[in-house]
Amino acid sequence: MLLTFYILGTVSVLSALGVLVCRSPVYSAMSLVCSFFCLGGIYILMNVEFVAVIQILVYAGAILVLFLFVIMLLNIVPTGESVRFNLPVLIAFGIAVGLFAQISGLFLGDIQFGPKDVYTAEAISEEGSIGLIGRLLYGEFVLPFEAISILLLVAVIGAVIIGKRRLN
Amino acid sequence: MDMLDFFPSSILQAADTSWQTVTIAQRASSAFRDHDLSGTIGYLLLGLLFTAGLLTVLGLVLIYAERKLAGHFQCRLGPMRVGWHGILQSAADGLKLLLKEDIVPENADKLLHLGAPVLSLMATVLTLAILPLSPTLQVVDLNIGVIYVTAVTSLGVLAILIAGWSSNNKWSLLGAMRAGAQIISYELSATLSLLVMVLLSGSLQLSEIIQSQSDGWWIWKSHLVGVIAFVTFLISTTAELNRTPFDLPEGESELTGGFHTEYSGLRFAFFFLAEFVNMFVASALIVTLFFGGWMPFYIGGWDGFNSIMGLIPPGIWFAGKSAFFIFLLMWFRWTFPRLRIDQLMSLEWKILLPVGFINIFLAALIVLFEWHF
Repeated sequence: MLLTFYILGTVSVLSALGVLVCRSPVYSAMSLVCSFFCLGGIYILMNVEFVAVIQILVYAGAILVLFLFVIMLLNIVPTGESVRFNLPVLIAFGIAVGLFAQISGLFLGDIQFGPKDVYTAEAISEEGSIGLIGRLLYGEFVLPFEAISILLLVAVIGAVIIGKRRLN
Repeated sequence: MDMLDFFPSSILQAADTSWQTVTIAQRASSAFRDHDLSGTIGYLLLGLLFTAGLLTVLGLVLIYAERKLAGHFQCRLGPMRVGWHGILQSAADGLKLLLKEDIVPENADKLLHLGAPVLSLMATVLTLAILPLSPTLQVVDLNIGVIYVTAVTSLGVLAILIAGWSSNNKWSLLGAMRAGAQIISYELSATLSLLVMVLLSGSLQLSEIIQSQSDGWWIWKSHLVGVIAFVTFLISTTAELNRTPFDLPEGESELTGGFHTEYSGLRFAFFFLAEFVNMFVASALIVTLFFGGWMPFYIGGWDGFNSIMGLIPPGIWFAGKSAFFIFLLMWFRWTFPRLRIDQLMSLEWKILLPVGFINIFLAALIVLFEWHF
């Protein structure tokens, strides 16, 4: 079990690095698929098959296909140009380091891993993880859930407007 | 309203039989619990061998069936030379593909060109493991079976896109783009119809969906909702399989062979095999969701008839029903002309998707008020 976790974790981290290192954008996208697969495997080890399958369905099946579509349509070729450190890159770098520090701080602090209060392994196996996720999404977290859907709708409308404006 | 509604429900109620399902994975884990090492390894090997065997047999049989059917639909005989009525034709073809020279284009991306056919076949093989062919003939029975099938088959799109891109050929790339656009679009309505059946049966587990049909198949029990879901699912899986009338991705008059133009030998065989086995997977899903899976055909009250039907083993029922739907898909291919790209897109986004949304709403109402039989 632990060995499987370490294998999956290593491959996942390595392929995530591959996304950054690969010259060709298509190879980057494929490394990302590999990374998502390993994450899916880790979710299965945690007995949350639903999350694992959704991970593969949404990321590998839908989002990565969109990435590949864009890469292929725009015909992006590797330039071999290295990243120059101008102001936007530095700002982005700063934000990334800050986020990383914050997340590491969370993990170092006293955080409880594994099943929490009522959602024990027994409860999950009794009702099934889908039932519990559904109850949480449409019960306790219904407001954030709906807010996120409105956010997505706004993003879709914005994309349409931007696309149409360029046509005119 | 559905015609079936006028029938008294007792006619459609089948004899009550309870089915005990034991999967190969369950046998392996129970052997493991009994510290029976040889049994555990044996069952695991059996699962692997079963999947591999199923893949091979399906490949041989379906390719032969398609060629024979194509022949007879066009008033020809089809393959007749190799073996009795050409029955060994696919084996001979397989041998030929194995021995053929494997040509990789000069400017192709070698690694991805090699990987794409393997990924395509992998996506197919992964689904074979969870198909419930009979109460005892199923490798794993995942409790998220239906989503698993959608997730794994969606990897096939990735394989097609990569195959088209890595070939470094404009026809391949165009074919791959068409295939990708088409599969992503039609996946929506296929998933919506799957969700209707999940709502009705209350489970994502394929064996439980079959068990929920022990008192009548969903196509009879669910009023019009199941029939609409079935028709949408049939159309959208035909599109996802890239078969005529939706075979624009490999329209031979425009694109030579589509995404597999630059493939030859064994790698082409992988794509070919994946396509044919996907056809079986689609038919098996249709049978599982709408037509009772391995359940025999019962008519309520006809005890003599039912006992004769019950004599036929469940595996044969499943194979027979799937064979019928495979025949239907092959029949489509030799009957319908190819759609135009705008017709293809308007069929999905303007007809199938709205119908699917209304249908899932109706299904939710039916389940909420328990209107189904």
